[in-house]
Amino acid sequence: MSVKIYVPCDAAALSVGADQVAAAIAAQAAKRGEAVEIIRNGSRGMLWLEPLVEVATQQGRMAYGSVQASDVAGLFEAGFIAAGAQGAAAHPLALGLTEKIPYFARQQRLTFARCGITDPYSIEDYVAHGGFVGLEKALAMQPAAVVEEVTASGLRGRGGAAFPTGIKWRTALAASADQKYIVCNADEGDSGTFADRMIMEGDPFVLIEGMIIAGLAVEATKGFIYIRSEYPHAYRAMNKAIEIAQAAGYLGPSVKGSGRAFRLETRLGAGAYICGEETSLLDSLEGKRGQVRAKPPLPAIVGLFGKPTVINNVISLASVPYVLAHGAKAYADFGMGRSRGTLPVQLAGNIRHGGLFETAFGISLRSLIEDIGGGTQTGKPLRAVQIGGPLGAYLPNQDLDVLLDYEALAAAKGMVGHGGIVVFDTSVDMAKQARFAMEFCVKESCGKCTPCRIGSQRGVETIDRIIAGVERAKNLEVLEDLCTVMTDGSLCAMGGLTPLPVMSALNNFPEDFNKSAPKLAAE
Amino acid sequence: MGPKHDKLQLVADSKWDDAQALAVITEHSHLDGALLPILHALQETFGYVDARCVPVIAGILNVSKADVHGVISFYHDFRHAPAGRHVLKLCRAESCQAMGCESLVDHLASTHCLTMGETDATGALTVETVYCLGNCALSPAALLDNELIGRLDATKLDAIVMDATGMRS
Ligand SMILES: Cc1cc2nc3c(=O)[nH]c(=O)nc-3n(C[C@H](O)[C@H](O)[C@H](O)COP(=O)(O)O)c2cc1C
Ligand code: SF4
Ligand code: FES
Repeated sequence: MSVKIYVPCDAAALSVGADQVAAAIAAQAAKRGEAVEIIRNGSRGMLWLEPLVEVATQQGRMAYGSVQASDVAGLFEAGFIAAGAQGAAAHPLALGLTEKIPYFARQQRLTFARCGITDPYSIEDYVAHGGFVGLEKALAMQPAAVVEEVTASGLRGRGGAAFPTGIKWRTALAASADQKYIVCNADEGDSGTFADRMIMEGDPFVLIEGMIIAGLAVEATKGFIYIRSEYPHAYRAMNKAIEIAQAAGYLGPSVKGSGRAFRLETRLGAGAYICGEETSLLDSLEGKRGQVRAKPPLPAIVGLFGKPTVINNVISLASVPYVLAHGAKAYADFGMGRSRGTLPVQLAGNIRHGGLFETAFGISLRSLIEDIGGGTQTGKPLRAVQIGGPLGAYLPNQDLDVLLDYEALAAAKGMVGHGGIVVFDTSVDMAKQARFAMEFCVKESCGKCTPCRIGSQRGVETIDRIIAGVERAKNLEVLEDLCTVMTDGSLCAMGGLTPLPVMSALNNFPEDFNKSAPKLAAE
Repeated sequence: MGPKHDKLQLVADSKWDDAQALAVITEHSHLDGALLPILHALQETFGYVDARCVPVIAGILNVSKADVHGVISFYHDFRHAPAGRHVLKLCRAESCQAMGCESLVDHLASTHCLTMGETDATGALTVETVYCLGNCALSPAALLDNELIGRLDATKLDAIVMDATGMRS
């Protein structure tokens, strides 16, 4: 019998040599006449250990990481495919049973339950691990009952705005039209985030299942997944998974013979951050410039091509199958306050154990960064943390005891956003970070509102003057005024929230704005 | 072990061909919201989107030329002229900043005379800025043609530039 060896096909794993490792394993096995079956799974999320190779044994899957192609001969030599035994427990890369690794064991994996375990393109594997149970339940329910289940779960949008998913669906269900749409927002533009990408590459069927359920719930028969062009692997993965699901009868004119249709297509973004904003995304899907629409009307009433449209983030939709399969209460039992369920947290930047950590709400940021993340990668002291993407605040070390909870973070002038946490050590220059936030707004503004389009340009210039020491007091006042105008006078959060990273950098790290830096003044 | 830059794929052939462009356009024109898929397909085929196709697309999709032009210019992805044979997109967003991506930008300039947004003199390599590639746990990150690279450093960067510009066999 051949031994099963898992080598991830997740883009992050590929980025550090997973394909070469898989090839080296195949070559070594052939050379030694050993029968192995190499399975390209998704990633377990312990990205600092990629490529993480696992070998199936009677006790469970044994992990080795991070493995380079040059390590493979040594691993065979050490007996790592000796099934039933402890494998190559003494090998320096041996990590023991994957599921006993503390980073993995401490998670509550609901949305990512299968990611890294299954072959992302095997429906049999998906079903064997609880896939499509939620869909079967939904097919037997009335649309309104599905909507109520999702409402009762307390699931809030994971794309950033945290709006209750069930309420959005209820509005779309109530709208009557000849055609409704489900749109999946896979634009994942926030720095420090990769959960959407990992689901699309590691468990694409869970997203497809979530979208079909959404379609049944609001009586929409067509869906689109809008994937950013910076994600070529995820785009290929989703297209392949859709083809497989279609061939297996899950997508098409009659979902699993139910007589209810759901068709699904992907679309590629084109390098505009603003197209992550839902109305801009809809315009982009329609083949227009990605400009933000004024609300109302809500997309749930007048959305894609003018039709009622549910637009949700990848993780929101991928969490729905769990809710249907296990019931709203099972999901809502996790979390705290009005933040129910789990959040796939993404630990990024200057952090030792960077990766995906799915956890119930309520854990402290410090615990996530220090206990789970292992502190900074460089080993220098942590100085600042940006949470919630480029529009999120910079928190200083002393503020990290705040809990992961939408309301608690908002009270601390922070934002959960899409759950990305970017860590900076003491080498960071916070005035430069503030400048970058404004510069990013200059580059990515859709151009509709003056405070966002022009204000950010003025913001960059003003920060440059502050850094250079030119009339500092006066320019600090100008910057503050500018931020107020942007906050109050912008149509969307691009212009509206850019002041958050800028002002938090200024308020929490004023000393960085006080150094004279004549070099920068010349820029 | 580094990325497999022994297997660089060549960026699409950049000789524009009107007949082939028309075929690409009509192949995608039935899609809902066909304009972006058409532009992506053209760029994939020719390496850029030639202004000559604007009236053709406008006619087929029944929109104005100004609309088509407006869309092409709105999105960062679409090129007006061919890029180098290889394209390296270096991430310069916050997570990669935290891991020193700006020093890689400096390194490209000082060691390889490569400026962001430009192509080297031989037309072999274009270097561009990108904001996040979803590889933020393994920052700094880059995309070489369509291949993701993690934990990028000056040594890996040197090898990429050498391979792409044919300085190393
Ligand atoms: C500038 C800007 C960028 C955004 N980018 C994204 C994104 O990349 N992905 C996403 O899911 N939501 C993004 N959003 C939030 C969306 O507008 C919207 O709230 C979300 O798609 C709704 O889905 P959800 O309720 O499931 O979160 C962005 C919002 C703004 C203002
Ligand atoms: S705030 Fe900026 S991005 Fe948002 S609608 Fe206004 S101009 Fe466009
Ligand atoms: S910020 Fe560089 S890959 Fe995400």
